[in-house]
Formats: sequence, structure tokens, C-alpha cells
Amino acid sequence: MSHSISSPISANRRRFLMGAAALTTGAAGFRFPTPAIAQGAPLKVGFMLPYSGTFAKLGKFIDDGFRLYVERQGGSLGGRRIEFVQVDDESKPESATDNMNRLVGRERVDLVVGTVHSGVAMAMVKVARDTNTPLIIPNAGANEATGPMCAPHIFRTSFSNWQVCQPMGKVMFDEGRRRVATITWRYAAGSQMIDAFKEGFTRAGGTIVEDLALPFPEVEFQALITRIATLRPDAVFAFFAGGGAVKFVKDYAAAGLNRTIPLYGAGFLTDGTLQAQGADANGVRTTLHYADNLDNPANRVFLEAFKAKTGQDGDIYAVQGWDAAALLAEGLKATGGDWSARARATSAMRSARIDSPRGPLSFNRAGNPVQNVYLREVRNGRNEVISVAGQAVDDPARGCRVQA
Amino acid sequence: MDALTFAVQLLNGVQYGLVLFLVASGLTLVFGILGVINLAHGAFYMLGAYLAWAIAAYTGSFALAVAGALAISFVLGILLEEVFVKRMIGRDHLAQVLLSFGLILVIDEVRQIVFGKDVHSVAPPDWLRGSIQLTDVLSYPIYRLALCVACLILACVIFYVIQKTRLGMVVRAGAENRDMTRALGIPFDLVNRYVFAGGIALAALGGALVAPVSTVFPGMGDSMLILSFVVVVLGGIGSVAGAAIGALLIGLTDTFGKVFFPQFSSILVYVLMAGVLLWRPNGLLGKS
Repeated sequence: MSHSISSPISANRRRFLMGAAALTTGAAGFRFPTPAIAQGAPLKVGFMLPYSGTFAKLGKFIDDGFRLYVERQGGSLGGRRIEFVQVDDESKPESATDNMNRLVGRERVDLVVGTVHSGVAMAMVKVARDTNTPLIIPNAGANEATGPMCAPHIFRTSFSNWQVCQPMGKVMFDEGRRRVATITWRYAAGSQMIDAFKEGFTRAGGTIVEDLALPFPEVEFQALITRIATLRPDAVFAFFAGGGAVKFVKDYAAAGLNRTIPLYGAGFLTDGTLQAQGADANGVRTTLHYADNLDNPANRVFLEAFKAKTGQDGDIYAVQGWDAAALLAEGLKATGGDWSARARATSAMRSARIDSPRGPLSFNRAGNPVQNVYLREVRNGRNEVISVAGQAVDDPARGCRVQA
Repeated sequence: MDALTFAVQLLNGVQYGLVLFLVASGLTLVFGILGVINLAHGAFYMLGAYLAWAIAAYTGSFALAVAGALAISFVLGILLEEVFVKRMIGRDHLAQVLLSFGLILVIDEVRQIVFGKDVHSVAPPDWLRGSIQLTDVLSYPIYRLALCVACLILACVIFYVIQKTRLGMVVRAGAENRDMTRALGIPFDLVNRYVFAGGIALAALGGALVAPVSTVFPGMGDSMLILSFVVVVLGGIGSVAGAAIGALLIGLTDTFGKVFFPQFSSILVYVLMAGVLLWRPNGLLGKS
């Protein structure tokens, strides 16, 4: 069974929003009545995800993906029943520490899964380190989480900002792009993505013409788009997400640049935003650890199950939630469901090899996924795989002092 | 920078400035003339964009979308004035700030329930599609030019109504001295209502007209709200002409700031405002 907790501030609004979620999850819980055999108390998994605000849909998909995996295992992983506690982090870094402390302290969860927003995730990493609580990050890409802030009990089932952008450098150079301009929002994620791309691109031998940036989350791109036309680079590498990504791709096409200066980017430029971008996104090439038409058995199973459960098409966020559950399953399997042998469980998770919908998935010493990064191109409203931009890309985990 | 690029950047700046004026003009009316601080102005801008998207998706007509967004928000403005805002006129600013902040939360929540939180785009009407080739790589969307023209026309209409018509005279008189206007038997409360509704409708109209070039997304009104206040304060509170000049100045500052001083572009607008306020504490055309 699961229940929800929420902060006293704006409790009414939140209660309203989470009521529905709690109800559905409650119903899901009843469907699998606790078996009579003694197997100890259920393992308490704390979801700290955005259930409201801009990232609410992402949070919901991660939550759905995780629960779907657990449901398909009959409600338990490694023989241990799973119970959920969820808290809405609202993507607010300022209340992240409080929310995390509430899960760890008052709710006494055995493991925390979260979150989307990198600022919130970094606060969670801090608390997880201080309280020695296992943490699986199912989205945020901040390099630090599996860099200087790494710990044996901290995992990520998503990506690092470095990981999804660095392979693009070589891809673009190999496609004959020698002089490239970059554009992003001036904030942590933006500069990490651009820096990673530049690292790959300059190592391959390319030249960066100019780095363009504007304050987050501003969307008045026109001046910089004109600037790009003046610079006339061979191509542009961009990182934007959400509403900004839609507007940038549309503005870029409206200015006619897509006909003469090809647009490349991190996958977030076109993931989850394609419908609004329409035909303007056609031909945009991006790198990410997932693609819409990835054809492997695990992905087919996942997509079908997700569609059957939620009526929606599974995406990378749902995959990351699903894999977070798969990773936890590895730990529980290794100890026969005994979470008190945690060191054994987490070390089994470190050496896990998961047959993920995204392809083979393993983990490095910092807990960051080692995975394929795909080059995709937008064709008819889908991010279709063109090639594997990087096979088993391993984040360098700079600053991580955990030994393998 | 060659002359042509400079001219294009100038055009970018003017176009952005005109859009800013369109959105800020409603705030000028409500804040400057009624004296009501409306923090929900940006929320109405977003609402206008979402309404336009929903109507355009349903009817397939951009003209209907704009008209619908305008009409719905105008009626909404009248209702809000009747229920809430008329109690706020003449009250201290804290009460108004609290009310309009509450409105932001409610509008955002309602938007989430009715329209969801996805990002959408609105197609411009067919006859405004396409673009004009400026250089061999750069072209300029016709819709952006049309947007400029629409903003200019609206600016003229607002200016004409405020400066030349009897209605405008009443509005200006009410802004000068509310009680005296009432004492003269002018139905000032009724005028208030329409000015408020008009201000809301202008915000929504801005959102609807900008939707094809800006896309429609939650939170799109946040930065617009801040810039609108900057425009109003810079131009001089209550001055429509001041708002127009202020909006153009901000559009140009932002555009050229991004090109020449990319590291400082985010603060240049505020530096401009601080500079102007040091020189003229009541704004460019504000009354002392």
C-alpha cells in the first residue's frame, strides 16, 4: 500500500493534486494482497518526484515506469514486497532538503528514487550521503552527482550531461562540420552539455566559432539567430528543453537557417517536444541514450506493457523509472530480499547488467550508467535512430573517489 | 557587423519592442490609470495564448482563435472586476498584490486542469506563412512583420481612444481625481470595469498574437510580467506614449545587448531602467 505525504505549506493545493495519484496507487496496492508467508516488512521506496509544475509529466512517467516494473514482478522484487511513499518535490531546490529529510527521517524509507530537476537532485545527493541512504536518480543529469559527489550507495539510471553530448562532437566532425557555433541557456546544465560537446568536437579536430548563450529561461532568440546567420558556421549545436526547445527549433526554421546551417543538439531539444515543433524539427539531429524506434526485445516488451497500463506511449522518462526498479531488483535478488545486507545489495547493483529497453545497461564505479548513446534524426515527428554515436559510453566520473 | 545585419538586428529589436508594448499597454491602463497592481498580467498573457491554441485546434481558424481569446478574456475581466478588483481600487498596494498573486495561482491551476501542461504551437493563417529572403542564409518570417503592423495599429487605436475620445477623457480624468469625477456624475465605476477588462483583454490578445512565433507553454507569462512592469515604470506610470517608447528602448537594448555584450545581456534592461530612473525618477514621460 502507499500513501502520500506533503509539506504543511500549500497543503491543500497539493492534497488536491496528489489525491488522485494516491488513490490510483492505493488501488494498485490492494490488487496484490500480502501473501500469508512471512517475508518481513515490505521494503519502503520513497519517490521524490515532481508531481506538479513544469516537470509533472516527467515525474509521472518515471513513477509509472517504476511501478509497472514492480507490478510485472507481482509486487515484489527479489521476493521482497515493495511499498511506496511519494512526495511532490515540485522541482523546488529550496524545499529539497526538507522533503528528503522527511522521507528519510519521518517515513524511514529504505531507498529514495528521485528526481528530475538537477538542483533538487543535488540536495538529495547531499542528504543521501549524510544519512547513508541509498538513492537512485532516474533523470537529473548534473555531472557532479556521479562525479565529486559520488558514493557507493548513489546510483543514476538516466545519464550525465557529459555522457549524452560528448559523443556528438565526433559525429559532427565525421559529418564534415568543421566550424560550429553553440547556443544554450546560461545555467549549469546548459554549460555542462555544451562543454561536453566541445570536448568531443575539438578533440576530433573541429573549431568552435562562437558560444552563444542567453539567460535561463528566456526565449527571445531572434537576435542570436540573426547572429548565427552572420557567423555562417557549418552547423549549430544547441541545448534547450521544454518550451524553450520548441520555440528555438521553430524560430530557427522560420529564419530559414535549417536549410543552410544544419541544427544538431542534445536529445532534449526534440524529446517530448516534437509534436509542438511539427515539421520545423525535421532533419534535426540529436544524441541521447534512447530513441523512438529502438528495436530490441526489451523495448518492445516495455512499450507494449506501458501502453497497456497507462494508455500512453512510453518514453525515455518511463524507461529511466523502469530501469530504476530493475536496478533495485538486482540488489534485492543478490540478498534474497534482505535489505539489511545493504553493502552486498549495493555492490550487486554496481555490477548489474540490465537488459534495458534502451539497450545494454551497466554501471561504472561512480554509479553512472554505461550505455549506448544514439544519433537520432527527426523524421515525420519521431526521433529515429540513425546510428550508435557511442557504444557503451562511460562517463569519466571526474572527481569521484569511490574505487571500483 | 555589416549594414544589412545591423538593419536586421534593428528590425528584431523593434519587433520585440512592439510586442512588449502590446502586452505592457494593458498593464499601463490597469496599473497607471486605475492604480491597481496586477501581478496576474503575465498569467492572462499565457491564458490568451492557451485559449488561442485551443480555439485554433478546434476550429482551425487563427482569426477565430484571436477573436475568441480576446472575447473570453474580456468577459473574464468584467467578471473579475465585479467580484474582486472593484474592492481593491484605492486600497493599499499590498492587498492588490496579494489578490493578483492569488489570481496567478488560480489561473495556473485552472490552465493545468483545462489545457494540461504540454507545450503547443499555433499555426499562423495561411496568407501570413512563408518568409522574406534577406540574405542568402537568413530570411524573415512574414508573420513577424505582420505582428509588427498589428502592434502598430493597436498602439494607434489605444492612443486615439485615450487621447481623443470622450471615453479616454473620462478615463484620464478618473486617473487624476477619482472622487471629483464621480461627483461630476460620470459613471466612473462602469468605466473602471471596462478599462480593467480591456487591460486583461490586451494581455490575452498579446498572448494570442504572439503564440505563432513564441509557442504556448506554462510559465510563458513570467518573464513577460517582469518586462511589462519594467516597460510601465520606464515609460512613466500611466503614460501610454511613455510605455511605447519604453518598450522600444527595451526591445533594442535587449537585442543589441545579446549581440554585443552577451555576458551582460540579462542585466542590461535593468541597467537601462536604473539609468533612466536616476535621470527621470518618474519615468520618461511620467508626471512629477
